[in-house]
Amino acid sequence: MIEMKDVWKTYPNGVMALNGIDIYIDKGEFVYVVGPSGAGKSTFVKCMYREEKPTKGSILIQGTDLAKLRERHIPKMRRKIGVIFQDFKLLPKLTVYENVAFALEVIEESPKVIRQRVMEVLDLVGLKNKARSFPDELSGGEQQRVSIARSIVNHPPVIIADEPTGNLDPETAWEIMDIFKEINERGTTVVMATHNKDIVNSFKKRVIAIEGGRIVRDEQKGEYGYEI
Amino acid sequence: MKSRTLKRHFAEAFKSLGRNGWMSFASVSAVTVTLLLVGVFLVVLLNLNHLASQIEGDVEIRAYIDRTTKQSEYNDLQQKMEQIPNVNEVKFQSKEDGLQELIKSLGDEGKAFSSLKNENPLPDAFIIKAKKPQDTSTVASEIEKYDHIKKVDYGQGTVERLFKVTGVARNVGLVLIVGLIFTAMFLISNTIKLTILSRRKEIEIMKLVGATNGFIRWPYFIEGFTLGLMGSIIPILVVIFGYEFLHGQVNNQLDTVFVKLLPVYPMVLQLSIMLAVIGGLIGVWGSMTSVRKFLKV
Ligand SMILES: Nc1ncnc2c1ncn2[C@@H]1O[C@H](COP(=O)(O)OP(=O)(O)OP(=O)(O)O)[C@@H](O)[C@H]1O
Ligand SMILES: [Mg+2]
Repeated sequence: MIEMKDVWKTYPNGVMALNGIDIYIDKGEFVYVVGPSGAGKSTFVKCMYREEKPTKGSILIQGTDLAKLRERHIPKMRRKIGVIFQDFKLLPKLTVYENVAFALEVIEESPKVIRQRVMEVLDLVGLKNKARSFPDELSGGEQQRVSIARSIVNHPPVIIADEPTGNLDPETAWEIMDIFKEINERGTTVVMATHNKDIVNSFKKRVIAIEGGRIVRDEQKGEYGYEI
Repeated sequence: MKSRTLKRHFAEAFKSLGRNGWMSFASVSAVTVTLLLVGVFLVVLLNLNHLASQIEGDVEIRAYIDRTTKQSEYNDLQQKMEQIPNVNEVKFQSKEDGLQELIKSLGDEGKAFSSLKNENPLPDAFIIKAKKPQDTSTVASEIEKYDHIKKVDYGQGTVERLFKVTGVARNVGLVLIVGLIFTAMFLISNTIKLTILSRRKEIEIMKLVGATNGFIRWPYFIEGFTLGLMGSIIPILVVIFGYEFLHGQVNNQLDTVFVKLLPVYPMVLQLSIMLAVIGGLIGVWGSMTSVRKFLKV
């Protein structure tokens, strides 16, 4: 499903964020990415949907090498990966409904299918009644749920989330986790970078720990392993 | 692209125009102000050019003929003149007609000359018009060399000065209009850039969600075009109705000096189309150049 081979990333300013990453993530897995601040977690996941291009190495997603992907093929690849950003990245001038629908308009889905699927997924994240609101009229947790709805509405095989619970209170964080669990149970691969010790330790899944741009630990049913 | 996607792009563009209300208003206002300047300026310049052409068109050469010239030589002379490349037409004016015209042009004072009818002091003349008024002096000096020509008169000196003045005026007008259009483009594209600059994040997000560059560009294209087109509405109305009014007020008074303003139609319609096209193009150009910058995510 996702395979990284000897991936290095040096930012233009000289920061070496990733220093030889090798990893294989299978279809349907649930993976936490943990590690101290500045360890390279965000860089690691950003390489998976080509927000960042690795300096060296190859990243295979369903057999396609992202590192070699041509500029014009990137949009198609990104549609196969649902991304949930820590800062939500919602379109400010579009309503909740329109934000979610955007991911389907991009693939030229018919209006009928769009309407049906958007309402379905808004129902799943519990935001059906806020469909007409604008992002700045929502709380942080609600915005995060819109961002999740958008990432899953076109049924991508992979979901990548960078600190999806970072700005949320514990209760909302768990609500978000329930959505991820449900998506994962439907067979979607989930990769989630997080600082949330509680969640990692109680909802046990594979844990990859990154420090200084290297993988220092990779265990099934792992622990968070850091003191906050 | 599927037709429903094109429909979506139009809907998106108009939605965005509405939701970015103030920014849209600012862009449209910038287009309006500048196109208003361009429109008014063009009306003035085109009319000045038209007036100048009318005055220039009145320039003609009078070639007076020796009294000793035989009737048969008149035809030869006329043919020879007609064959000069820059000559448009050659008309013969007998001395009787010449006197008649002189008396008429002098008005009341001319009546004093009426007594001269019996002993007409004027010679017969050819009246020659050059194809281009500017060629008048060349043609005149050519004709001057012919036999039987007593004198050539085309308002020497005055005419050269006239052409110098109209020539300079045309060039100045051209420079001004080009400068104005460039200023307009700069002003408008800057305003539109501002509106899209504020959407840099928007474009970045769309790309991360898997939109192609074309998909992102379309609504901005339509939006820019619409902004420009909307900005041309007021200038077009001002040009049409303003000029119609001005024409009605001024043209009759100009009649006394034998010149006319450009007729209202088709000029205002041509100008309207031009303003709309300039508006639309500048709008598209402004939005496209600014979008292009952000598409490289
Ligand atoms: N766009 C960038 N340009 C230059 N350096 C960057 C950029 N993004 C990240 N870095 C640097 O790369 C290193 C790894 O950053 P990264 O964002 O991947 O860390 P992280 O593990 O996600 O941290 P956090 O837990 O705080 O989110 C850091 O030293 C950071 O300063
Ligand atoms: Mg991070």
